[in-house]
Amino acid sequence: MSTSVLLLGLLVAALLAFGLGLSRANALAKKGDAHLHSRAGYYGTYLALWTLLPALIVLGIWSAAEAPIIRGVVSAGLPENVKALTPAEQSLIVGRINSVARGLPRLTPEEFETVRKVRYGFTTPAEAQRVLQERGTVLGSAPEPYVIAAAYDQVELQQRSRTMLTALIAALALGGFAYANWRMSPTLRARNTVEAIVLTGLFLASTVAILTTVGIVFSMLFEAIHFFQSVSPLSFFFGTTWDPRFSAAGGGSNTSGQFGLIPLLWGTLYISIVALLVAVPVGLFSAIYMSEYASRSIRTVAKPLLEILAGIPTIVYGLFALITFGPFLRDMGAHIGFEISATSVLTAGLIMGVMLIPFVSSLSDDIINAVPQSLREGSYGLGATQSETIRRVVLPAALPGIVGAILLAASRAIGETMIVVMAAGIAANLTLNPFEPVTTITVKIVSQLTGDLEFNSPQTLVAFALGLTLFVFTLCLNIYALYIVRKYREQYE
Amino acid sequence: MAVDTIPGSLPGPASGNARDKTNAAIQKSIRGRYAAERRFKMYGVAAILFGLAFLAVLFWSIISTGYTSFVQSSFKLDVFLDRSVIDPSGQKDPNALRSADYTLLARKALATALGADTANRRDMREVGQLLSRDVDVEIRNEVLANPSSIGKTIPVWVLASGRVDNLLKGQLDRDLPAAVRKVSDQQLAWIDKAEAAGVLQKRFNTGLFTNGASSNPETAGIGVALVGSLFMMMTVLLLAVPLGVAAAVYLEEFAPKNFWTDLIEVNINNLAAVPSIVFGLLGLAIFINFAGLPRSASIVGGLVLTLMTLPTIIIATRAAIGAVPPSIREAALGVGASKMQAISHHVVPLAMPGILTGTIIGLAKALGETAPLLMIGMVAFVVEYPTSPMSPSTALPVQIYMWATSAERGFVERTAGATLILLALLICMNLFAVILRRKYERRW
Repeated sequence: MSTSVLLLGLLVAALLAFGLGLSRANALAKKGDAHLHSRAGYYGTYLALWTLLPALIVLGIWSAAEAPIIRGVVSAGLPENVKALTPAEQSLIVGRINSVARGLPRLTPEEFETVRKVRYGFTTPAEAQRVLQERGTVLGSAPEPYVIAAAYDQVELQQRSRTMLTALIAALALGGFAYANWRMSPTLRARNTVEAIVLTGLFLASTVAILTTVGIVFSMLFEAIHFFQSVSPLSFFFGTTWDPRFSAAGGGSNTSGQFGLIPLLWGTLYISIVALLVAVPVGLFSAIYMSEYASRSIRTVAKPLLEILAGIPTIVYGLFALITFGPFLRDMGAHIGFEISATSVLTAGLIMGVMLIPFVSSLSDDIINAVPQSLREGSYGLGATQSETIRRVVLPAALPGIVGAILLAASRAIGETMIVVMAAGIAANLTLNPFEPVTTITVKIVSQLTGDLEFNSPQTLVAFALGLTLFVFTLCLNIYALYIVRKYREQYE
Repeated sequence: MAVDTIPGSLPGPASGNARDKTNAAIQKSIRGRYAAERRFKMYGVAAILFGLAFLAVLFWSIISTGYTSFVQSSFKLDVFLDRSVIDPSGQKDPNALRSADYTLLARKALATALGADTANRRDMREVGQLLSRDVDVEIRNEVLANPSSIGKTIPVWVLASGRVDNLLKGQLDRDLPAAVRKVSDQQLAWIDKAEAAGVLQKRFNTGLFTNGASSNPETAGIGVALVGSLFMMMTVLLLAVPLGVAAAVYLEEFAPKNFWTDLIEVNINNLAAVPSIVFGLLGLAIFINFAGLPRSASIVGGLVLTLMTLPTIIIATRAAIGAVPPSIREAALGVGASKMQAISHHVVPLAMPGILTGTIIGLAKALGETAPLLMIGMVAFVVEYPTSPMSPSTALPVQIYMWATSAERGFVERTAGATLILLALLICMNLFAVILRRKYERRW
């Protein structure tokens, strides 16, 4: 039976167990020779958990382990000349075996007989191909007898494994239920057990965050190491040319193209700096106005409106840059005799800056609000105007927090993808001219991974090296910024 | 005279002249300071106006480009379903019905309506260019739905070609030379005639909401992408909400203060700021390469978005739970509830509005997310509706990206139209969150 059917069966069994437990607990309570330790529902849950959990754990492990083990057994049985092939060719053959194995159960008995004849050499392989094709299994070429043999083995192993699994699951569910049922008595501390299990569940849920980070680090590290086996880290981190194509010269030592990070890093930083030049003054001033000057009514209208900017997906910003803002800048440039390309540092930077405004302003707003009122009043008492108070008292007091906010905005700018994909261009230029297109790390990750590239080539793997660089970069910024913001908050609490 | 000495004024004999000078200097400085004050305030106003103006321009630009995509030019044709063309054998064999030349029927019907010469091949070709390239599909569906109509004349609305549509919407200047316009003078005359006769009309574009990917702009729609997005949102809802709430409850209520929980906290805060594209790489490496899930399946997209949304939901839930006053917990414990009961019966239900608001905002963020989906192969030309989370699909923002980067001009208004739909969905979700917060928020 398939995993989903088993899962459904288990859930139904658990529900039944819950009902039985509930009624039994109620019966025990009615008999009245002793008080139940827990409320009746906990006995039901206790029974349901014992029915469900052991079986569920086994089901999970079995389903994960099944496919690799069967694959190992089947490929161990392949002829020697097949085993001698390269991994790429072997994986092709495994693919053929899989498709034949998928096709076999769909055949009628007579067709099955035909395929069996092919296996033992009584009929031509083309016959098997025809039969399989009729039932919707399309093969590129006629299956060799050993492919059919392996597919037979695979189907048989799969069926055997499924039967065993079903039996095991049923036994575990029944066993668990029987054990829990046997334990059931008014003195059973059902609530404590159930709560302990729930607590474990809560704890496991909280580790998902850790697992995600571990997953990110390991998956990227693993693929990046692959990449660095074919391209030296030195030429990646310090190379100034980005040209990941296979060199056309044919052969030679430099067949994998050049992967210099510097132009991408420069493009990323340049665009981020332009974005911050827009976002920081605008965001900061709007935060100051909102928190220090604006009346209640202006705040209630303007603040949510500005926050809409934060809720707009970045693809929409990218689209705006692509269809409206980029062409507009280009035409403006042409008007004053200036050459501005439609995708440029300026286009991407300005739009990204606008995207970051609400980010800077809402964080700064919080931080400015956290500065104690007494500091302001002290300053007013000395005769300072409001703006002098803000400039000389509030802002210096809030400075560490604001720096933290700016760093978080910078980290967001560095990792931003869609705006730069649509507005920055794809040419890896090492240029100071803000009117020319540059490219960024994120753009290159996207362009290296869309399309049909072979997964093990450096052209694809470089995306993971870039991703790792990006992750480490933003991680450092984030941790430092979060540390500053948190420390600052504690200071005034 | 000494009486008039101001404390802190300049030492020495205070002559009236010097005092006036000082006063003038002070007045001047005060004027300067007030001017600085006004300037400073103006900067703030300017900053806010800048943001709002950009918002207005953004919306105006997208609405003005996109609103036309909600109508589409169509021809009203009386198509004669010629038995000799559709079903020469007379057996109503479905395969024969499927492969018949419906384009020819449509051309003939249009030529008749326009009064063009059906025998003239050049005219027929030009008539054909007025119709969408997918016109055969529309008529075929009519026939397959109702095979008894073969041999009769039925009225059908069929799509006009993208160029006719552009012309009708004024996106193509009709005064251009015919070669540039790519619409011949003859065709222009026909279009005018058909429009005057009411045969050519702009009708509400249902195809935009129901169709899948297409290489012809006039038949491309976001229906398939919407279903893909829906599958992903369901996955996020089913996984991220229980996991996020459970994690938040643990961290806020049960976790002991130690190194491990500190690590989890820092982790969650940091994950919320990790670039979304990194999650895409994670999905590619773990879910596709390692776990062997199919590329461009919405389940993979859903899992990636779940991991991305999880920190948002955890942070929002923790804030909501933290806002429930301790007295509630203490009262529950006081009447004999266990800690778990106090939390699950009282604290979490009371924090529910906050949790829901955070969840909706997280979902809205996930709905608009594009970059990680590009990594896991959602950039796909999907024509068929996905039937399960495992089948190939695409998502609304990815569809927008694909249209935006396609070369064909006709896709521009579609792109903006799809963006409008996306924005409308997001605004609805956020409004719902705001209303929820307004209605159920409690101040303790």
